[in-house]
Amino acid sequence: MAKKNAEIQKKKIKSSAGEKVFSVFNYILMTAVALLCLYPMWYVLVASVSEPNKIIRHSGGLVKSLGFTLSAYKKVFENPNIISGYMNTLFILIVGVATSLIMTCLGAYVLSRKNLLWKKPMMLFIMFTMFFSGGMIPFYLNLKSFKLTGSLWGLIIPFMISTYNLIILRTAFESIPESLVEAAKIDGASHLKILTSIMVPLSKGALAVQFLYYGVEKWNGWFWASTLIRDRDKLPLQVILREILLSSTQNMQAGGGGDTEAVGMTIRYATIIVATIPILLIYPFIQKYFAKGVMVGAVKE
Amino acid sequence: MKRNKYSANAIKVDWKRNKSLYLLAIPVLLFYLLFMYKPMYGALIAFQNYVPTKGISGSEWVGLDQFIRFFQSPYFVRLLRNTILLSLYSLIFCFPAPIILALLLNEAKNKHFKSITQTMTYLPHFISMVVAVGIVKEFCMSDGLINDLIVMFGGTRSALLQNPAVYRTIYIISDIWQEVGWGSIIYLAALAGIDQQLYEAASIDGAGKWKQMIHVTLPGLMPTVIVMLILRMGSLMSMSYEKTILLFNPSTYETADIISSYIYRVGLLEQNWSYSTAIGLMNSVINCILLVAANKLSKRVTENSLW
Repeated sequence: MAKKNAEIQKKKIKSSAGEKVFSVFNYILMTAVALLCLYPMWYVLVASVSEPNKIIRHSGGLVKSLGFTLSAYKKVFENPNIISGYMNTLFILIVGVATSLIMTCLGAYVLSRKNLLWKKPMMLFIMFTMFFSGGMIPFYLNLKSFKLTGSLWGLIIPFMISTYNLIILRTAFESIPESLVEAAKIDGASHLKILTSIMVPLSKGALAVQFLYYGVEKWNGWFWASTLIRDRDKLPLQVILREILLSSTQNMQAGGGGDTEAVGMTIRYATIIVATIPILLIYPFIQKYFAKGVMVGAVKE
Repeated sequence: MKRNKYSANAIKVDWKRNKSLYLLAIPVLLFYLLFMYKPMYGALIAFQNYVPTKGISGSEWVGLDQFIRFFQSPYFVRLLRNTILLSLYSLIFCFPAPIILALLLNEAKNKHFKSITQTMTYLPHFISMVVAVGIVKEFCMSDGLINDLIVMFGGTRSALLQNPAVYRTIYIISDIWQEVGWGSIIYLAALAGIDQQLYEAASIDGAGKWKQMIHVTLPGLMPTVIVMLILRMGSLMSMSYEKTILLFNPSTYETADIISSYIYRVGLLEQNWSYSTAIGLMNSVINCILLVAANKLSKRVTENSLW
């Protein structure tokens, strides 16, 4: 009996030793994965403040900057397209997120109410667009018929509601106790009043997620801007970025070599940082709400 | 009973009670009508020889000619192959990556370590596609970081983004980089939802870490995996065009050009409105069928489904 116990004890120690090895290995692996995910951005950051002639002669990875200069950033902010791009993106961001949040709140509120005869048909009407769409060209021709090409409004109005976001917010509104709504109704509150003074204040977490999703979408959007807008003064930042980072003339320059290439390279890196900084700044404040926004269950009717 | 739900009387009572609510819904429904459903009507030009000045009512109807033109096009097989292969590689490599990350991260018991790692791996998801592809391009240039590494291991320098043979590898690896962390959130949430008592019970029964993983963790994770897999299957043919348009160039079209990027090229760049709409419509219908089929299959086999 005692022998058997000792054997079990031994087994336990053995397995826990194996677990320890795994645990250490796991921590190392996870650290490596995290660093690897972050490294490209880090490389771009330290390269952007490095001295151009040093960076061009350097080969391999970078851990810290080679020298330190902000000249590339100076060049970036001297570019009038970057400034106007920034302004246009800010306009799209502020007006776009505001209208998106208003419309999404309206839709989510109506669809979260009970005892609504047409609720299911309305829900189907909205959900159907998640599974089927007219496609890229009819969408474009439709915008053209509304004269929404060539203006920043064309990048705001047709993208006001994301159905996925609407359904997430509806789920959040549904979880608010019905008794609160009933009490407000007895006090004679209108639906708009209930929405603004009960639903919105009680769904701060869900709204933060909406804010983040819509914000990132508007800040990062480039495709429809590059398709709809011809006027250079009206182009948002990402389209300007695309020209700087990815246009074919840059491809040719990259093969050229010499000082201008070195400067060009640090400028490209600095541009990336300038365009990404706002997201990196708000990111830590909103990330605690992430997990709330991505529940698959939310899509389920 | 059910038939009477929408009787004239019921509609009247409902309207009286909920009028103000319906008024609030009008802007939302109008949005869907004008920007989602009107383009569906506009997709009718797939069966026409659409001329913008004549409009849909004035343009000539050609039946299925545009679709047939696509099937007979020399690009058809290439596009289909590229789309399916890219999707398949993405399914094989990009789909399991966040699941593995979540499982491993779940084993790290230190809370601070866990949350810092999560923050770091989520980050690339928020970088814009333009910037992400911009970084990929810088790294893949003939004097870029990747080539430096290749040389270090005894290889030779080349312009990686001009090489059709490595295009998909670059696409998939950069996709994993951008999405592995973000994708793991949903699995981590599912893992956190597994009843801790199950682990205790298993460990009393003598199950080690590995056995616990197989008998408790994996079954608890399965419903989420299945739902995500259905969604993935449903979008088998709808690889996003945004990344492809930014990443490819004429020298890599051979492996890079997929159906959605082709729609963009012949539609918006070459203004073949009807032809491009027909391809898009076909793709949309196929996606819809795939999604419904995957959902049905999953319902039958695993009892997990989207709807």
